[in-house]
Amino acid sequence: MTVTPATPTAKRMTPDDVAGRLRSGMTIGIGGWGSRRKPMAIVQAILRSDVTDLHVVTYGGPEVGILAAAGRMSRLTFPFVSPDVPNPMTGGSVPGLDPHFRAARQAGQLACTELDEGMLLLGLQAAAWRVPFLPTRVGLGSDVFRLDPSLKTVRSPYPGPDGGEGEELVAQPAIHLDAALVHLNVGDERGNAAFTGPDLYFDDLLLEAAAEGFVSVERIVPTETLVAAAGDVTRLRISRLFTTGVVEAPGGAGFTDCVPDYDRDDEVQSRWFATAKDPDARAAFLEEWAHA
Amino acid sequence: MPDTDTIVRRADVCAVAVAECFRGDGESLANPIGVIPMIGGRLARASFEPDLMMTDGEATLIANHEASPAAADRVVETFNPYRRMFDVVWSGRRHVMMGATQVDRYGNQNIASLGPDPHQPNVQLLGVRGAPGNTINDTTSYWVGRHGPKVFVETVDVVCGIGYDRAAELGPQAARWHEIRRVVSNLGVFDFETDDHRMRIRSLHPGVTVEEVQAATGFALAVPDDLGETRLPTPDELELLDTLVDPDGTRFREVPDPA
Repeated sequence: MTVTPATPTAKRMTPDDVAGRLRSGMTIGIGGWGSRRKPMAIVQAILRSDVTDLHVVTYGGPEVGILAAAGRMSRLTFPFVSPDVPNPMTGGSVPGLDPHFRAARQAGQLACTELDEGMLLLGLQAAAWRVPFLPTRVGLGSDVFRLDPSLKTVRSPYPGPDGGEGEELVAQPAIHLDAALVHLNVGDERGNAAFTGPDLYFDDLLLEAAAEGFVSVERIVPTETLVAAAGDVTRLRISRLFTTGVVEAPGGAGFTDCVPDYDRDDEVQSRWFATAKDPDARAAFLEEWAHA
Repeated sequence: MPDTDTIVRRADVCAVAVAECFRGDGESLANPIGVIPMIGGRLARASFEPDLMMTDGEATLIANHEASPAAADRVVETFNPYRRMFDVVWSGRRHVMMGATQVDRYGNQNIASLGPDPHQPNVQLLGVRGAPGNTINDTTSYWVGRHGPKVFVETVDVVCGIGYDRAAELGPQAARWHEIRRVVSNLGVFDFETDDHRMRIRSLHPGVTVEEVQAATGFALAVPDDLGETRLPTPDELELLDTLVDPDGTRFREVPDPA
């Protein structure tokens, strides 16, 4: 045989390469949930870059307070910002509050779009499916309309359950992302990846809703061994159709968890939270953490 | 020394009151959030609602009777990641028991923030989380571990979970799956079974008076003529709690006995 197959696109990047692809003012989706599997190696690279004025869209954990405290974020779309913290009563974890995010929000430093967890799912799904909105009952009667005065309803063109006028539903608008940042357990160098922990969260949807998708992984393996490394084909939930770049970043979710590779590091997380009332300590932590 | 066999522990009463919220739910997802709610939900399944499904607090539904089993001990019935949870919630096959930083007389709930301007709150809390979607799609109850006038308020600052007045404004069609069944606190059990769905006292825990609970509530509670005491745990329920559901006695740390 004299013909060699065509060479695929090289997608391997460093965290700093990813930060270099971001521009100030972009809307970026951040994967994970609470203090679980956050793409912290890339967040660290953002702190090392000059990117600022970001609009962050996320099921929020400690990355929100970090980007706010570092002055890199001016806008936030969120259903919650709630790092997981230890529950001394049960030995497990509970959803906690982030003192850095609270300080920024209470000081009026962030423009926010607050929405239900399911509305965020639908907004990302609408963007991924390239439709302007998706209808839902979620949000009816609640203050999400007061929190976001631009939110609209839509009347179903079909008869209602009583045969009369169609139902009025929330028209959750598409939430388009300029970039999505997610961290998975294992992937290949072409941008396919798998979660081997408890939950994919919405990492696939964030990538599908984004113009550019960046995936960091604990380890890159040859495509030939990806299924074996994932444990099962059904865990291969991130396809390279939706990834622009892939980063090998062992420990890249730390100090949030990346189960089963490692648990949340409560020592680091609580040390970070403890700096909330001391601007010098806060700046020192971020400076050290960004370059760790 | 009092006879320990006759001492009614407040935490046990609360656990039973929570369990009673799920009575009649059949084969559905009972989703109590928090220590006492999880214990009460597990007690309901172990005693009178055996077909309930319940979470491990993460991404699986488990059969264990113990409230907080170690990961390795969990008996998994099904995979239930967050994505799948929305399928369950929007299908209507769920009864959630949430916490509330504020709750008002119609059952509106706030967990998002405090203060008059939600765009620059005085106190940032969690966010609206899934409360709007939970309350418009499924039966909802609330657990309040420390009953007080800053929790039971005249008006909540942000309506996250919608109450009966908001549901009425939507009309019977849009709100056809809305039900705030109960609020259980450390002082009593409350429901909305009044003409205009204002909160009423359903029962008071042993030793609690109407005056005490009214003083701890920021609005006037409806009081039925035949107001009684919250049902006491049966010997079987106490045995289930002590041996299967909460052998470590976590519930007693969450709800101390009255002084």
